[in-house]
Amino acid sequence: MSTTVLRAPDRDPAWLGRVFWISALLVLLWPLGVATEFKPWVLVEPRNLKVTAQFLGGFWPLTLNAEFMGLVLRETWRTVAMATAGLTLALVVAIPFTLLSNRVLSISALVGPMARGPAWLRQGVRWFLVFLRSIPELVWALVFVRVVGLGPTAGVLAIALTYGGMLGKVYGEILESGETHTTQNLLRNGSGRLQAFFYGLLPTNAAELTSYTVYRWECAIRSSVVLGFVGAGGLGQQMDNSMKMFNGGEVATLLLVFIALVALADQVSAWLRKALG
Amino acid sequence: MKIDLQALSARHPAARVGAVPAIRLIDLQIASGEQVAVIGPSGAGKTTLLQVLACALTPTAGSLQLDEVAPWRLSRRALQRLRGQLFLAPQVPPLPPRQRVVTAVLAARLPAMGLLASLRSLFYPNDIPGAFDALDRFDLAEKLFERVDRLSGGERQRVGLARALLAPAKLWLIDEPLSALDPTRSRQAIDTLLGSARERGVTLVATLHQVDVALAHFPRVIGLRDGEVAFDLPAEQVTRERLAALYDQFEHELRGEVTPIPENNVTTPQPVVMHCR
Repeated sequence: MSTTVLRAPDRDPAWLGRVFWISALLVLLWPLGVATEFKPWVLVEPRNLKVTAQFLGGFWPLTLNAEFMGLVLRETWRTVAMATAGLTLALVVAIPFTLLSNRVLSISALVGPMARGPAWLRQGVRWFLVFLRSIPELVWALVFVRVVGLGPTAGVLAIALTYGGMLGKVYGEILESGETHTTQNLLRNGSGRLQAFFYGLLPTNAAELTSYTVYRWECAIRSSVVLGFVGAGGLGQQMDNSMKMFNGGEVATLLLVFIALVALADQVSAWLRKALG
Repeated sequence: MKIDLQALSARHPAARVGAVPAIRLIDLQIASGEQVAVIGPSGAGKTTLLQVLACALTPTAGSLQLDEVAPWRLSRRALQRLRGQLFLAPQVPPLPPRQRVVTAVLAARLPAMGLLASLRSLFYPNDIPGAFDALDRFDLAEKLFERVDRLSGGERQRVGLARALLAPAKLWLIDEPLSALDPTRSRQAIDTLLGSARERGVTLVATLHQVDVALAHFPRVIGLRDGEVAFDLPAEQVTRERLAALYDQFEHELRGEVTPIPENNVTTPQPVVMHCR
């Protein structure tokens, strides 16, 4: 038995640290707020409230006449088509680069470090993929609108390049983080790199790769709407037109259709991933 | 295939530089068509020896010759072609969980198949009778079109062994073929392996924890202890005293009390971050 009487601690020992980190965070956030002119209260100034009310008030009644709905339907379909075609092209870009950059498929790395030539080639391909994906599809779209003119082609090409980079990089990460025992054994037993890919690496990671691709397709639908604003066709372009004409009813209809489309894509993608998982 | 090792040392690729090599100064000659069991307590270097023979590990010293050829003097391409003549079956069978058994078994043929033929075989297995026969010899014929992840551990191990029968190899290197099998299955598996190796004139080197199986079935037994050859004798000359010396302080392994469980390193892959941007 100890003789000292236990006393309840005066204060929580973690308290000081907590106070320090919260104040440090606030101090760090302050210049960011200044830099972005972050003044949320301007939203509720009477003048701005009036503008907002006018804009939102224009949303009603929704434009629902047959002619406009036909147009919306066509543009929606065009948006889906743009996303799908873009993603397909992105796969064409991504797959060869993924294969080229994959460290698991290195024969020289089976024993000890990878040979210098292949290592540099793989690193170079990686950097190229990073370059592709670090330029937003919006920028690519602006470039392609100049080159191929207004319309969905620019959107498709933009999605293909950016998403090609993203898919290539993430595919590489999936393949290298997964189980490599099978692939290594196939290579050790003398099969070629592509054979080892199709018989070892691909079946091991197929579910994850497909699930990621489906998820990206959903993202592509959302981003193809944004691309429309710079003239790449689809729902976004229509929305841009209606906004410039101050036609609130059309904007509201388009927004609702857009929300429904994203929700639907989300459902389809979730269902597909579940079926594949 | 003829094997010739001269004063060969090797260390595990993950070992620290300067660490004691896993196998040291091994001199070993194995004639073409011979059947050899390698026994010894855990950590004796049995698996490392197999990996060196499979050209999956570069020796740190000494020389390795397979059919009078020094593999590590070959170009990378020629070495990979040579690996096609070696079949290494690791203790954990390298089978992708979602692959069908027929595909997994036929994958052993890859070194002898062109890329186009191997792709075609993914759509329609190119030698169903061959795969069926190989599986049938391990009593697994009815599992031909099952998925690998529907099999039990023992069945998976036998699928891994059945691959040997289809591999275009002249040297079979089999690591712990019986670790997940019950005694009846063990006897059947070892009979099939030895019988098929004899039919084909294939050289067979197997590491075994079951000393009784090694002595009863293999004409030649090598005892490995602390990375060195303790004895290399015809099975009938391996006396009780020699075994006692080999397994000194590892008696429980000699009595077969601990059957090594193949660590199932089927790691669940890291979930990929689903980021849109």
